[in-house]
Amino acid sequence: MNVIAPSEHLTAKDYASDQEVRWCPGCGDYAILKAVQKTLADVGARIDETVFVSGIGCAARFPYYLSTYGFHTIHGRAPAVATGVKLANPALDVWVVTGDGDGLSIGGNQLLHALRRNVDLQILLFNNEIYGLTKGQYSPTSRIGTHSPSTPRGSIDRPISAARFALGAGAGFLARGVDTQQKHLPEVLSRARAHKGTAFVEIFQNCIVYNDGVFDHFTDRAVAEERQIHLQHGEPLVFGKARDKGLRLKPGSLSLEVVSLGADGVSEADLLRHDETDPMLAQALAAMEPPAMPVALGVIYCVGGPSYDGEVAARRAQASPAGGLAEIDALLRKGHTWQVED
Amino acid sequence: MDGSTALAEAGPPRQDLDSAVVRFAGDSGDGMQLTGSRFTMAAALAGNSLATFPDFPAEIRAPAGTTFGVSAYQINFGSRPIKTAGDKVDVLVAMNPAALKVNLPELRDGGLIIVDSGSFSEKNLRKAGYETSPLEDESLAGFRVLPVDMSQRTLDAVKEAGVTKKEGLRCKNIWSLGLIYWLFDRDRRETVDWLKAKFAKLPNIAAANMAALDAGHAFGETAELPSDLPLFHVGEADIAPGLYRNVTGTEAMAFGLLAGVRLADLDLVFASYPITPASQLLHGLAALGLRDVTTFQAEDEIGAICAAIGASYAGSLGVTSSSGPGVALKTEALGLAIAAELPLVLVNWQRGGPSTGLPTKTEQSDLYQAVFGRNADSPLVVLAARSPSDCFDCAIEAVRLATKYMTPVILLSDGYIANASEPWRLPEAAAMAPFPVQFRTEPEGFQPFQRDAETLARPWAVPGTPGLAHRIGGLERADGSGEISYDPANHQRMTELRARKVAKVADDVALQDVELGSVGGPLAVVGWGSTYGPISRAVGNLRAEGLDVAHIHLRNIWPLPRNLGDLLASYERILVPEMNRGQLVTLLRSAYLVPAESLSKVSGRPFQIVEIEEAVRQRLGTAAGGRA
Repeated sequence: MNVIAPSEHLTAKDYASDQEVRWCPGCGDYAILKAVQKTLADVGARIDETVFVSGIGCAARFPYYLSTYGFHTIHGRAPAVATGVKLANPALDVWVVTGDGDGLSIGGNQLLHALRRNVDLQILLFNNEIYGLTKGQYSPTSRIGTHSPSTPRGSIDRPISAARFALGAGAGFLARGVDTQQKHLPEVLSRARAHKGTAFVEIFQNCIVYNDGVFDHFTDRAVAEERQIHLQHGEPLVFGKARDKGLRLKPGSLSLEVVSLGADGVSEADLLRHDETDPMLAQALAAMEPPAMPVALGVIYCVGGPSYDGEVAARRAQASPAGGLAEIDALLRKGHTWQVED
Repeated sequence: MDGSTALAEAGPPRQDLDSAVVRFAGDSGDGMQLTGSRFTMAAALAGNSLATFPDFPAEIRAPAGTTFGVSAYQINFGSRPIKTAGDKVDVLVAMNPAALKVNLPELRDGGLIIVDSGSFSEKNLRKAGYETSPLEDESLAGFRVLPVDMSQRTLDAVKEAGVTKKEGLRCKNIWSLGLIYWLFDRDRRETVDWLKAKFAKLPNIAAANMAALDAGHAFGETAELPSDLPLFHVGEADIAPGLYRNVTGTEAMAFGLLAGVRLADLDLVFASYPITPASQLLHGLAALGLRDVTTFQAEDEIGAICAAIGASYAGSLGVTSSSGPGVALKTEALGLAIAAELPLVLVNWQRGGPSTGLPTKTEQSDLYQAVFGRNADSPLVVLAARSPSDCFDCAIEAVRLATKYMTPVILLSDGYIANASEPWRLPEAAAMAPFPVQFRTEPEGFQPFQRDAETLARPWAVPGTPGLAHRIGGLERADGSGEISYDPANHQRMTELRARKVAKVADDVALQDVELGSVGGPLAVVGWGSTYGPISRAVGNLRAEGLDVAHIHLRNIWPLPRNLGDLLASYERILVPEMNRGQLVTLLRSAYLVPAESLSKVSGRPFQIVEIEEAVRQRLGTAAGGRA
């Protein structure tokens, strides 16, 4: 990651633009905006060297509300535009803001290939399991049976898991957060920014108008601690209000199971410890769904590796310096030429 | 003619021709493109004017011996200025029955066919769809036929070289080249040097090819040819003095884009997705390996143009390239570049369509797509290259206009121009006028959509510039501040500003000139793109006959040159030959209310000169003249 020292101490407010925010009152996007602004302040991001690129959808309005450089592009293509930005200037700190429709439906291919190439970007996918801006149609992450204007008798196609898609595409960094978790989200976002390569963050975002409460079964205060597990690298996989549950490898299988600490002689020593660098564990954690399993939050997977734009820049640096117009003369005259005399 | 009586020093008597057309045809694995390009170089070195037409199949390696696997390379060379690859073929080299069958219609009456009789096996005849061998029936009666067992003679020739039979047989194209060199009295030295360099690491292959070249030449020289077979001489053309090289449209485009960004003092980010016939530009730029040229093979056409737009946003010049179907996919992103007012160059190598159409055959049917083919009022600049070497100048002009006016520019080329080559008098970089880009750096008073009074272009303020952080995007924005605006009066104003800005380009380009003939008269032939060669030659021929006809050729398709309306109005009739169903003609009729007529051809082949001559004669009410 580019080490950008803060030139002056900025607060979250300094990263807000003067534009009036136009999301619906109560939209989860407000909370995410706040978390992003806090993150930028926490890490001392330079306003002039930070770029937010978005596609289309409610989430895509994000850049207008930040004081950094911003580019609101077209539906699904923000990862490609952001890739171009990094090819031209790898020193910029580039964030992509997308949604479940933008990133996983119309822009599936662009997202896939940004992840595959490991372009040095932070990609924030706001997943609300619905199309908001087009007024409530079901999305590729909507669960089977979702009632919407385009599926009045309930959707019948299977949803995609954003996190598993990212792993399948070769993401070197995968994390998850919840819009309202203002303590956790900036931590996750800071980690994403520190990662060199594509950092993919799925943020569960509540659409108060078209899909209100779709994540209540694991975000509602009454159940949250029993249905969420906050991952910490190297720590045992423990969760529950009383920290009395844990995850271990189901004996004789390659799957995870929930166990109660203290019951049947299970102790913390029997639990798995989170290893961000373990791809098998990442797959298992990303696939967990309530009610049988808790939802994995925090940094699920993080491994290093060369970024595409970094490699391109390194190759460029190896090439001989541009030789100006004289070099063009030489290039044109390379190979077979002949002189026609007067 | 009797060659045996000639003095040894003088060589055999040769028939002087002012031009000749040779076509090499064989399987796509027979090396016909390579053979043709060597002959091209030899013709150039002999001082001929020339033009070429590589004609190859869409299939990479079609089954050997089939008609759909035939690859051909045509060259027209002469002592007079050559402007097309030639209407009809004088000498056809056919390496197998399929090549003969496919290319026979191109041969002029009485033309010479040289065939590899060794390949006329029953199996190959059947694959080509012949029931009996055309060498043994009357079907070739109207032509001169020279059957030679090239396969066997090549194998005999390479015996000493230590190559396998398969490797030896692969030299038969070079054997045929040797024979054609003899026929046209051409020097083999350049080809020998080239073979040595190409096969430097495979000396036995080099030796085999050189032996084959000499054997083909010797076959002619040692009077094994029928004594009544004419030998030819095509003299030097009157060519402007200077340093020359051969160049294809693809090569010239790569050089032009590079020159353009250096004149603009920018880096180039070239993003594209493989598609025929555009891919070669990606290969060419990638091969340069220069620090200021980044090439990016994107995941799809949309990803390619979006990466180019992102690069332009960040201060490089983003360039993308494709062919019609790929350009269709880029359409929405073009709208973004128009709305965000970012520079961008899109090179379209047009091919036959619609849909997949004819990937390797040429057409110029994307003019509507370039000028009109987007949602909403979305003007941009459209240029068209007329020939391979013209791609160089057009690419520089595209970069200049894109950066000066902060607009996308579509540069139309086509499959013919991409692959065809021509001698190019090399320009001097020192003579080119730089147009360095000035990025906005001054924060005081900065507004992202504040316009330059002269060009109406907005400032180019790139991320990383202190104090200029701002937001842009596809939503309509307020003139000046660039903030999102749904205000009706603002949208009216911005729509008009976008149109006026692009229209202003017409003040910045040369007035339309008349290529041949005078202003005003009974008939003007108006062309664009690669029809330049045949129109120029046809009008030249007709004027030589005394017909009053003019040739006007457009580079600026949109906006149209300022004087074009008045110029067109000065002619009684206007004829617009196009390799489409009449696209420029519609544009001209709608722009100027002139009674322009269309001459349409969509066979995947360039116009023949005679087709244009006939169309002009019909309209002028004159009978065919003496020239073929």
